[in-house]
Amino acid sequence: MEKEKVIIVKDLVKKFGNFIANDHLNFHVDKGEIFGFLGANGAGKTTAMRILCGLSKPSSGLVEVAGFNVKTNAEDVKKRIGYMSQKFSLFEDLTIWENMRFFSTVYGMSRSNFKARGQLLLQKLNLFDERNRLVSTLSLGWKQKLAFTVAILHEPSIVFLDEPTGGVDPITRRQFWEMIYEAADDGITVFVTTHYMDEAEYCNRVTIMVDGRIDALDTPSELKKQFKAESMNEVFLSLAR
Amino acid sequence: MIEINAISKAFDNVQAVKEVSLQVDEGELFGFIGPDGAGKTTLFRMLNSLIVPDAGSISLFGLDPVKQYKKVRQIIGYMPGKFSLYTDLSIEENLSFFATVFGTTIEENYHLIEDIYKQIEPFKKRLAGQLSGGMKQKLALSCALIHKPKLLLLDEPTTGVDAVSRREFWDMLKALKSKGITIVVSTPYMDEASLCDRVALMQNGKVHAVEKPQVIVDQFMGNIFAVKSNNNYKSLLQLRTWEHCKNVYPFGESLHYLDHRSKVSEKEIENFLLEKELAEVEVALVTPDIEDCFIAFTQTETD
Repeated sequence: MEKEKVIIVKDLVKKFGNFIANDHLNFHVDKGEIFGFLGANGAGKTTAMRILCGLSKPSSGLVEVAGFNVKTNAEDVKKRIGYMSQKFSLFEDLTIWENMRFFSTVYGMSRSNFKARGQLLLQKLNLFDERNRLVSTLSLGWKQKLAFTVAILHEPSIVFLDEPTGGVDPITRRQFWEMIYEAADDGITVFVTTHYMDEAEYCNRVTIMVDGRIDALDTPSELKKQFKAESMNEVFLSLAR
Repeated sequence: MIEINAISKAFDNVQAVKEVSLQVDEGELFGFIGPDGAGKTTLFRMLNSLIVPDAGSISLFGLDPVKQYKKVRQIIGYMPGKFSLYTDLSIEENLSFFATVFGTTIEENYHLIEDIYKQIEPFKKRLAGQLSGGMKQKLALSCALIHKPKLLLLDEPTTGVDAVSRREFWDMLKALKSKGITIVVSTPYMDEASLCDRVALMQNGKVHAVEKPQVIVDQFMGNIFAVKSNNNYKSLLQLRTWEHCKNVYPFGESLHYLDHRSKVSEKEIENFLLEKELAEVEVALVTPDIEDCFIAFTQTETD
């Protein structure tokens, strides 16, 4: 059976003046997949991701996200995606619950829907009884887990994660990946951008961008075979160096 | 030689560093490996004389950073985690500023920074604020080296830098080590541990182990099985319910599974998962990684 595709990118080109930031990109992402989007600084990752999120328009080519064309229906795309960045996550001077309520309003969730969904997600995290604590009093690991929960609060089709586990301890990192697996199992597609190759090992499939082009696209184990490498780091170095 | 003797430091109610003791030999490339919040930066700032320990003592080549901080600052080169050069000065101006502050000139110690500086020299008129991450890092390292320090203290130099620049940076450190400079570096990335002569694994203000990376891996107790299947998440949940399971966690494309029993075969694990209706099950005994060791250290701690 053909899997449902939630992201379709065909011949995507993005130019800034004479500079080609994205040079004929072609790929798709299946529903429920954990997809890694890798590249060095300046390879064109951020440009492509901004287009996928409906924040920037392609110069040419077709990009469909959650069934909508990003060029003509950017607002529909934005409603169906969640985003979590490593840097900005939550408001430190609001409580856990206030943060969640704020984001639920941004995404236009109804009050009753938010209450039920918010309670369910916090109970899973064992944070429901702590919901009136200020976010500033949480450890980095808890903040990250909460930020992910907020990003999937409105049940988006796709959640975009930007370097989600950089710098956290190995145990928290694994708890975080378990949350990602669970979300993927529930049918949420997970799109991870990172330049840390050890994060790439956790994805179902990865693309590697070099100089605006996609130079490799496969499962981590296939890429390692193809490049006769022990780790994704070696694959990346042989492509980007 | 660096001797750290039972140093502690607290901020308000947070005990950032707890009775850390260790030695770093002259000419060594020594790494502090630990996640954000482990206490690495606090420890570095006590070494470089910027803050005073609550208890314990430090000796840097015979100098005490508390009492002889002026002399200590002459012999160390410090690169903080956050980019701290003058963004409104050019590459060349920053370097010349640091040389002057330490009473030297760029020419005098050019041989020391040549390999690194020549990569950014073509852009020497460019403002430091307009450089890419990799170029900023090279400039910061050049500035930390220009007074020919005996000891380089690098606090998370590779955080936020891509894989190619990271590799280049470690190559530079090896070259500096061969020139006789002692290097102490911190990183949250476990995979960088293997690039150091010796490492200290750090978490919650404590040092768990100080060893050669290979020794830490060799000392790992028990067997680790890498487990793959058509659905790793379901395998994870199933294995966790198994009475023999000691620990199981995601590890890249597979799971890492540890069993309570001293003898268990790959086949037994495979059969357990097949019974639970998983398919394409592959089980293999693997060598532990430094991350596995870190997890084992921190879990025995909380037990």
